[in-house]
Amino acid sequence: MNAENTGPAPILRHQHLLGIEGLSPSEINALLDLADKYVELNRQIDKKQDILRGRTQINLFFEASTRTQSSFELAGKRLGADVMNMSVTSSSVKKGETVVDTAMTLNAMHPDILVVRHHAAGAVELLSQKVRCAVVNGGDGSHEHPTQALLDALTIRRRKGNIQGLTVAICGDILHSRVARSNILLLNALGARVRIIAPTTLLPGAADRLGVEVFTNMESGLEGCDIVMMLRLQLERMNGSYVPSTREYFHLFGLDEEKLALAKPDALVMHPGPINRGIEIDSLVADGLKSVIHEQVEMGVAVRMAVLEALARNLPGGGNG
Amino acid sequence: MAPTLTQPLSDERRLLVNARLVDPANRRDEAGGIAIENGLIADIGPHIKAGTARGSEVHDCKGRIAIPGIVDMQVTTGEPGHEHRETLASASEAAAAGGVTTFCCQPDTDPVIDDIALVDFILRRARDTALVRVQPMAALTKGLGGAEMTELGLLQQAGAVAVTDGRHGVANSLVLRRAMAYARDLDLLIIQNPQDNDLASDGVMHEGEVSMRLGLPGIPAAAEVMMLERDMRLVQLTGARYHAAQISCAPSATVIARAKDLGLPVTCGVSVNHLTLNENDIGPYRTFHKMSPPLRPEDDRQAMVAALADGTIDVVVSSHDPQDPDTKRRPFIEAAYGANGLETLLPAMLSLVHNEDLTLARAVEVLSMAPAKLLGLRAGTLSPGAPADIAIIDPTATWVVSTADMRSRSKNTPFEDRRFEGRVVKTYVAGRVVFQHDGP
Repeated sequence: MNAENTGPAPILRHQHLLGIEGLSPSEINALLDLADKYVELNRQIDKKQDILRGRTQINLFFEASTRTQSSFELAGKRLGADVMNMSVTSSSVKKGETVVDTAMTLNAMHPDILVVRHHAAGAVELLSQKVRCAVVNGGDGSHEHPTQALLDALTIRRRKGNIQGLTVAICGDILHSRVARSNILLLNALGARVRIIAPTTLLPGAADRLGVEVFTNMESGLEGCDIVMMLRLQLERMNGSYVPSTREYFHLFGLDEEKLALAKPDALVMHPGPINRGIEIDSLVADGLKSVIHEQVEMGVAVRMAVLEALARNLPGGGNG
Repeated sequence: MAPTLTQPLSDERRLLVNARLVDPANRRDEAGGIAIENGLIADIGPHIKAGTARGSEVHDCKGRIAIPGIVDMQVTTGEPGHEHRETLASASEAAAAGGVTTFCCQPDTDPVIDDIALVDFILRRARDTALVRVQPMAALTKGLGGAEMTELGLLQQAGAVAVTDGRHGVANSLVLRRAMAYARDLDLLIIQNPQDNDLASDGVMHEGEVSMRLGLPGIPAAAEVMMLERDMRLVQLTGARYHAAQISCAPSATVIARAKDLGLPVTCGVSVNHLTLNENDIGPYRTFHKMSPPLRPEDDRQAMVAALADGTIDVVVSSHDPQDPDTKRRPFIEAAYGANGLETLLPAMLSLVHNEDLTLARAVEVLSMAPAKLLGLRAGTLSPGAPADIAIIDPTATWVVSTADMRSRSKNTPFEDRRFEGRVVKTYVAGRVVFQHDGP
């Protein structure tokens, strides 16, 4: 078929983007290269493309989200897709429909791309097995959040030029964090040295098997870092369950200027948001010159455009399908 | 090192001469003297005699034994909340009379010591009112509720030397696992009184023949052993430094010995009561012998003595727990747990030495050097540079325990009318005399 032979080259080998695990460094770099172009596009007055014209994208969120959902929505719309948001809140779940039933119902509507967030690890993969369209993991439980890791990588790459050889400290609730897992996989794949810093109660039992250096003390963990990536601590995990209190957590693990001074002078501060001011990060640092937190949000839209385009290329009629 | 507000240094210079110096930390047992300057031991040895340093006040020890002051890891006071039973001041007077120069107060007070302000309160009250050094322990869970860990890092910085839920063992394995994991990061010692309270249920003494004959509900030894065994698994999982405040029966010693063989960071203590008394001492429902863990059969007592001698047990505590007649002069089932003990700790230990169950050096080690080391305190030794916290003991003086002579506000001693051989004749804290026995 002529149209397929002249189509753009494939970026991803797979139909879905379920995690960073399974992506090769060249796939990651190709996504980041494409995202770079979309960063420029998004800064123009006319941001509209027609790459996804005629395509239907459904954002299926089983877990509440503001920034990820709006970022995916904007990304799809800028590429010309018809975007529908479905929030399957806990009350809908009470009606008894299983994830698989929801997936098959949606599949019957012929979407092209499904962006799914679910509170249970593995739920997105389960759903992907029941649909014919491309599925993007928008975060599944404590497992993976691949577009977050990609946008973090894009932010770092644009600021530092390269990821290879950088020392990146990921600090906070590693145990429950899908952001941490995806970032560790991606940063290791691109040759960064990754450290994780948390009280043992917020570390997975086999943390040392992740290919990272493990620290339980911020001061020693931050020394000489190029990137300090803070994680959000959920409120229900404070007050005596995983950590004694918010004030103790801030005292020992909150990123303030004093602790940040131990990192390299040109270190960058990152946070996937939403931030807890005065719990994991001091306002002076969050709003300071080293913070690239808002840049991460900007990169998020560009990275998601790149992901949507890459997956669309593999769809039937997408040039590589 | 934890801050201590207690005991300002004095610039007085003293010479303690004509003593038998027993200091296990330096394997010292010889005749000699001690030179004290600025509250610290300046010099020690056979060469220290009257006239060694001019301008010093000379104290003749008359051949009696000088040992490092006792460090008692388990003392309950009534301050704050039950000052009529004991204050830090009255406990410190009892401590001084017993040769105890440092004691750790327990967090089971009212309010519970689970907040940095209360740690600070104890340190300040001790500085202002106590004769001896006081090191606070803080609660491991909020309100001793066993559900939510306290601010372990901030409590440690405020001066808590260890964390423990006092009389309450932490039953919830998940809570304890997380607290242990968190404490390990801080290198903070966790102290547990192992007893499975579901199994102990409404028991009031050791479950066995004696409890059966007395018609009292019993606590099986397994209640202690089970929790200890579970805790060893959690230590293995987390790597936390763990100290069992008191063990009381032979199988518990086996559990600890096995954990030590595995190289786990585990230590344990025993109360002097469980080394010198057994369940038969309860006799006709003597409530002063109602304690937790309960007094055990004679076989267990002997096992405790043997485990102490062979190093399985690391420290001995008084388990001082003052109770008043309101709580003790009641039917055995209703009476409170706890026995007074600061003033009888050393004499009772000396009875084991006289029986040749224990060497004097080992007795002194488990009372001073071992607990000091566990808690990271500068104490428990007569080394030059160490604080001049010293007890002078007359090992052969005989006396009879009388509640009338006790300094503690509460008189619930299980050793009433007991004839002891050996007593403390003088106690120094930071080089100053805080107790002196008047009499022969």
